[in-house]
Amino acid sequence: MIALAVTTSWYMMLAAALFSIGVAGVLMRRNALVMFMSIELMLNSVNLTFVAVGSDLGLIEGHVAALFVIVVAAAEVTVGLAIIVAVFRKRASADADQLAELRG
Amino acid sequence: MSEVIVFVIFAAVALVGAISMVSARNPVYSAMGLLSTMFSLAVLYVVLDAHLVAAVQVIIYAGAVMTLFLFVIMLIGVDKADAYGRQVPAQRIMTFVVAIGFFAAIALAARSAWITGSGAFGDPEMNGTIEAVSDELFGTWTIVFLSTVMLLTIAAVGTIALAYFGAEVEDEEALL
Amino acid sequence: MTDLIWLVVAIPLVGAAVNLFLGKRIGEPLSGWIGFGAVAASFLIAVEPMLGFFAGDSEPSTHFLFSWIPVLGVNAELLWDPLSALLTMIVTGVGALIHLYSIGYMHGDERFPRFFSYLNLFIASMLILVLAANYAVMFVGWELVGLSSYLLISFWFTKPTAAAAGKKAFIVNRIGDWGFLVAMMLIFAAFGTFDFDIIFGTAPGVLSVTMATAITLLLFVAAAGKSAQLPLYIWLPDAMEGPTPVSALIHAATMVTAGVFMMARSAVLFELAPVSGGIVATIGAATALLAAVIAVSQRDIKRVLAYSTISQLGYMVLGVGVGAYTAGVFHLTTHAFFKALLFLGAGSVIHAMSGEQDMAKMGGLRKKMPITFFTMGAAWLAISGIFPFSGFWSKDEILAATFAQGGAWYLLWGIGIVVAVLTAFYMTRLFVLTFLGKPRWDADAHPHESPASMTIPLIVLGAFTVSFGLVNTPFRLSFEHFLEPSFHGIPHVEGLTNVLITSLASVTLVVAIAGIVVAWRRYRVDELPVEVGGWWDRALVGFGVDDLYGRWIVAPGRRASELASRADAVVLDGAAHGIATGVRSAGEALKPVQSGRVRTYAGILAVAAVALVVVTVLVGGGF
Repeated sequence: MIALAVTTSWYMMLAAALFSIGVAGVLMRRNALVMFMSIELMLNSVNLTFVAVGSDLGLIEGHVAALFVIVVAAAEVTVGLAIIVAVFRKRASADADQLAELRG
Repeated sequence: MSEVIVFVIFAAVALVGAISMVSARNPVYSAMGLLSTMFSLAVLYVVLDAHLVAAVQVIIYAGAVMTLFLFVIMLIGVDKADAYGRQVPAQRIMTFVVAIGFFAAIALAARSAWITGSGAFGDPEMNGTIEAVSDELFGTWTIVFLSTVMLLTIAAVGTIALAYFGAEVEDEEALL
Repeated sequence: MTDLIWLVVAIPLVGAAVNLFLGKRIGEPLSGWIGFGAVAASFLIAVEPMLGFFAGDSEPSTHFLFSWIPVLGVNAELLWDPLSALLTMIVTGVGALIHLYSIGYMHGDERFPRFFSYLNLFIASMLILVLAANYAVMFVGWELVGLSSYLLISFWFTKPTAAAAGKKAFIVNRIGDWGFLVAMMLIFAAFGTFDFDIIFGTAPGVLSVTMATAITLLLFVAAAGKSAQLPLYIWLPDAMEGPTPVSALIHAATMVTAGVFMMARSAVLFELAPVSGGIVATIGAATALLAAVIAVSQRDIKRVLAYSTISQLGYMVLGVGVGAYTAGVFHLTTHAFFKALLFLGAGSVIHAMSGEQDMAKMGGLRKKMPITFFTMGAAWLAISGIFPFSGFWSKDEILAATFAQGGAWYLLWGIGIVVAVLTAFYMTRLFVLTFLGKPRWDADAHPHESPASMTIPLIVLGAFTVSFGLVNTPFRLSFEHFLEPSFHGIPHVEGLTNVLITSLASVTLVVAIAGIVVAWRRYRVDELPVEVGGWWDRALVGFGVDDLYGRWIVAPGRRASELASRADAVVLDGAAHGIATGVRSAGEALKPVQSGRVRTYAGILAVAAVALVVVTVLVGGGF
C-alpha cells in the first residue's frame, strides 16, 4: 500500500484554497456583512497555516500566534460590526459600494 | 490512514462551507457556511494536536463571533437584493483571476522546502495542551498578551462609543 | 565663607525670578525691597571673604559649580581673587544703593516689580562676569549683561526713542561680542582651555607675540563695545533713555566697567603684546578727549554725564593700555562711586523738576535740595580731580603711569591733562547751571528734596566719593598690594621719584582748578552766555558721528537687506510656491484613484499581495 500520509503541504494547500475563496468573497460581494465574513475566513486560513507549520516544526509559538490572531479577530469583529450597524442606521443599507463619500 | 480520511472529509466540508458562504444570496446561509468551515477547522486543529486552539476556535469563533454575526444580520435585515446581480462581468472575471492567482502563488510557495521546512528543529513530542501553550503565553509573550488586553478594552470602548454617539438616524422609515 | 560665593550670584538671580513671576502679586513697594534685599544679601556674603584679602591671609580660590561642556573641559567655575572680590563689592554695594534709590524713583510706575526683576538680573549677570574663572563663563555673563542692559534701556519701550536706544545698545554691543568670541576661539586654539589659571600661568611660554597681539586686539574690540570706546561709544549717550537709576547702574557699577575689568583680568596677555597696549592707550586717550569736548556743549544734564562717563572710561582704558592695570581698576572703583552719585543726584534733580532735563531751565536748586546739592558737590570735586577727593588720586595715578613711559607717551599724557581741564570745566558748568545762580525753571515747577530712600544712597556714596581715594595714594599703596595676586606678578609701573610724582600731581591739580575757575567765571553770572552756532552746534550733536554711522553703515545695510528681502520673495518664495503647485497638480492628477469604493481598494490590495508573494518566492528561490 502506498504510504499516504497527511503532510504539512496538504494543510497549506487547504489554507491557500480557503484564503483565495475569502479574497474572492471580498472582491465579489457588495454586502458588507458577507465581505466581513470573508475576511474572517481569510484569518481562519492563516490560523490553519500557523498551527500546521507550528506542529510540523515542533514549535508551540504557532499555537500562540493563532491564539493572538483569534483575539485580534474578535476585537476586529466587535468594532467592525458596530460600524456596520452605525452605517446601517444612517443609510438603511449594508451595501459597501454605496459608501463612497471618501472619493477623492 | 485514518488521519487521511479525517483530513479529506473535513477539508471538503471546509471548502464547501467557504464556497457556499461566498456564493449564497442570503447572508444567513453565508453565515451557516462559515460556521461549518470553522467547525471543520477545529477538527483539523485537534488532528494537529492543537487542543487549546481547537477549543478556542469552537468557543470564540463558532460560538461568540458567529452568534454576533447572526445577531447583526437579524438586526439589519436580510438584504437579498444585494447578491451580485449588478456585477459587471469583467469584474467577476477579474475576481476569479486574482483568486486563482492567489491560490497558485500560495500553493507554489507551500510546495517549496523553505516554507514547510524539515520539521526537525522543534520538540517532536510537542503537544498543544493548555499547560504547554499557557507556559509560552504567560512566559515569553507576557507583554504581548497584556497588550491584547489593552486592545480588547479599546475595542470594547470603541464599540460602546459607536453605539452611543454613532450616526443619528436619518431615515426613520427604513428602520421599520 | 568663601564656599558660599555661589550664593552671591544665586541670590540676585532668585530675586529676579521672584519678581518676574510673582511681581504682579507682590506689588509695590515690597518687590522693590525684595530686589534691594537680594543684592544687599550678596554684598554681605561677599564682605567677609573680601576682608581676608585685605588682611592678606587669604589665597585666591576657585569654586567648582558643575561640569558644563565636558568635551571642551569647560566647567562652570567661579574665581574668587582680589580683583573679582573688588568688583563684586562695587557691583553689589553700589548696586544695592541704586536699588534702594529706585524704590523711591520708580514709585508709581506700573511695571515697578518688573523693573526690579531686570535690575537684579543685571546685577547677577555682572556678577557672573566678574566672578568667572574662565573665558567661557565670562562670556555668558558678558552676553547676559548685554541682554539686561537692552531690557533696562528700553524699559519704557512705548517711547520710540527708548526702544531705539535699547536696540542700538544691543547691536553695537554685538560687534564687541564678535571680538570676544573670536578672541575666545584664538585662546582655545593656543591653550586648549579657557581656564584663567592655566592661561595666565603659561601664557609667556606658549603665546607668540603675533598671537598675543591678535587676541588682545580682539579683546579690546569687545571691551570697546562694552566700555564705550571709539568707535563703538555711540550707544552710551542714547542709553540715557532708560530710567535714571539704570543709567547710574550702567555707568557706575556694571556694564561699562565690564570692558575695563576684562582687560585688567587679561593683563598677562596684554603684557605680551606691546603693540596692542599702544593702540589701546591711544584709543583710550582719543576717546577721553572727544567725549570731553562733546560733554562741554551738552545742555541735557544726563547727556553731560553720559559723555563724561565715556571720557572717564577713556582714562581707564588709557591706564590699562600703559600697563597700569591697578591704576585703571582704581579709577574704575572711584569712578563707580562718584559717577553713581552724579547720576543719582541728577535723577534726584530731574525727579524734583518733574522730568525736566535741560540745565538751562534749572539753576538755584541749592536751597531747595540741600542734600542733593552737597553730595553732588562732593562728586563734582571728585571727578574734577581736586585734592583730596577720590578722583584726584586715581586720575593722577593713570597720568603718572603714562608719563613714566616716556617718549611718544608724553603726547598721551598731554591729552590726559587737556581732558582733565575739560572735565573740570564741564562739570563746573553742570554744577553751577543746576544748583547756583537764579532760578530759571518754569512757573509750574515746584522743586523739592527727594524722599529718604533716594537721599540715603546719595549720602553713602558721597562718603565713599570723598574718602575712598585715600586707600591708594602714591605714598601708601595698599590698593596695589591688595590686587597683586590677581595680576600674576606683573610689575608695577616704576621709575618715578617722589619729587616727580608730587610735581605731576600738582600739575593735574592746578589744571583742574584752572578749569573750574574758568567755568565758574563764565557761568556764575546772571546772564548766561549764548552757546549756539558753529562749534557749539556741531559738538552738541556729537560731531555728527551718529549721522556718519547712519550714512555709511546703517543705510548700506538697509539696502542690502531690502535686496535680500526681494531675493527672498522672488527666489525662495518662488521655489516654495513652485513645489506647492507641483504637489497640488500631482494630487489633482491622482485624485481619480481614490474612488472611495472599498472593493476597488481590496482588489488592488489583493493584486499587490499576489505580486508580493510571487516576488518573495522568486527571490527566495522557491521555484
